[in-house]
Amino acid sequence: MGDLFLDAIFADNLALSFFLGMCTYLAVSKQVSTAVGLGLAVIVVQGATVPLNALIWHGLLAPGAWAWAGLPDVDLSFLRIVAFIGVIAAFVQVLEMVLERHVPTLYRALGIFLPLITVNCAILGGSLFMVERRLDLTGSVVWGLGSGIGWALAICAFAAIRERLAYADMPKGLQGLGSAFIVTGLMSLGFSAFGGLTP
Amino acid sequence: MSRAWQTVTAPLVRENPVTLQILGICSALAVTTSLRTALVMCAALTVVLVASAGIVSLIRRHIPDAIRLIVMIVIVAALVIVADEVLAAFAYGVSKELSIFVGLIVTNCLVLGRAESFARHNPPGPAMLDALGNALGYSLVLVIVGTVRELFGYGTLLGLTILPTVEDGGWYRPLGLMQLAPAAFFIIGALVWAVRSAQPDQVETPEHRLEAAE
Repeated sequence: MGDLFLDAIFADNLALSFFLGMCTYLAVSKQVSTAVGLGLAVIVVQGATVPLNALIWHGLLAPGAWAWAGLPDVDLSFLRIVAFIGVIAAFVQVLEMVLERHVPTLYRALGIFLPLITVNCAILGGSLFMVERRLDLTGSVVWGLGSGIGWALAICAFAAIRERLAYADMPKGLQGLGSAFIVTGLMSLGFSAFGGLTP
Repeated sequence: MSRAWQTVTAPLVRENPVTLQILGICSALAVTTSLRTALVMCAALTVVLVASAGIVSLIRRHIPDAIRLIVMIVIVAALVIVADEVLAAFAYGVSKELSIFVGLIVTNCLVLGRAESFARHNPPGPAMLDALGNALGYSLVLVIVGTVRELFGYGTLLGLTILPTVEDGGWYRPLGLMQLAPAAFFIIGALVWAVRSAQPDQVETPEHRLEAAE
C-alpha cells in the first residue's frame, strides 16, 4: 500500500505522466494561492469519489456483481462511464451545499473551484484507473488520496514557477501557453525520476 | 457554401482548439505515442463531437438552462460508451492501448466547450460543421505530434520502417525520450510557438513587464 501511495503521488502522477486534468492545470495556475485552493479541492473530491466509485463498481457494475441475486451473467461494466461521472457530479454538488451551509469560510475559499472539478478529467481518470488496475476498496482509498495529492503538488509547483516566469524575457510566441508546456515537460522529466523510489 | 467552408477550415490552424482555445489537451498528449493510436483517437473524437453537437443543437430549445451541463454530459457520455464498446468489439488491441482515454472523451473540454459555446445557439447544420472543423483541427495536432513521436521514437510510421534502426542493421538510433511523457509537452510547446510566430496576433500579452534599468 505504501508503494501504491508513493507511485500515485510521484511516478504515476496524474498530471505529469498521464496528462490528466491538463485544461484546468494550465488555466488555473497563474497564482500560487488559487492553485493551492484548487489543489485542496481536488484532494478532497478525489479522495472521496474514487472509493465511492469503487464501492459502486464492485457492488453493482463489475461482471458477476449480481451473482448473489442469482444473476451471475449480468455484466453492467459498460455503464461505468455514466455511473462514475454521475457520482462525481452529484458528490461535487452535495459537497458544495454542505460546505456553504456548515463551513462558510472553507466554502468561500474552495467554492469557485468546485464546479470546475466536475469536468476535470483527473477525477474521472482516477476512477477509471481504479477499475483498470483492479484495486480493491483499501487500494482505491490509497490511490484516490495519493493521486489527488500528486495532482495538487504538480499544480502548486507549476504555479510557483509560472509566477516567476511572468518576468522572464522570452520569444514572443512562447509567452504564456508555449512556455507553460515546456515547463510542464521539464517538471514531468523531474517527476519521472521518482520512478525508482518504489522497488 | 463559402461560409460553411469557413466554419470548417477556421479551426484548422487559425482558431485551432488545442493551440489557441486550450481545449482537449489531456488526450492530445496521452494518445500520441504512435500514429495509429492517435488516428483511432481522432476518429472516435470526431464521431462523438459531431454527433453530440448535432443532438445538443436539435434539442437546444428544450434544454432548461439550469441543468444544461448535466444534460450535455449525459448525451456525451452515452455517445462515448457507444464509441468505447465499438472500439472494444472491432479493434481490441488499439482499444487496450488507448486504455482509459476513450472514456475520458466525456470530460474532454473540447466536446463540452463546443456544445456550450456553439451548438447550444445554432441550428444543427452549422453546429455539426463547426464540430467537424474543430475535430479536424484537433486531429491535425494529434497527427503531427503522433508522427513526430513515432518517427523519432521508433523510426517507424504506422508500423512501417522509415528510418532503419541500429538494432535492425540500419543507421538510426531511436530517441527513447520521444516515447516518454515529457516529449509530448515539448512538441506541443514547440507547435504553439510555431503557430504563434506565424500568427502574431495570437501572442499573449504579458501581465507584468520589467522596465529597462537605464
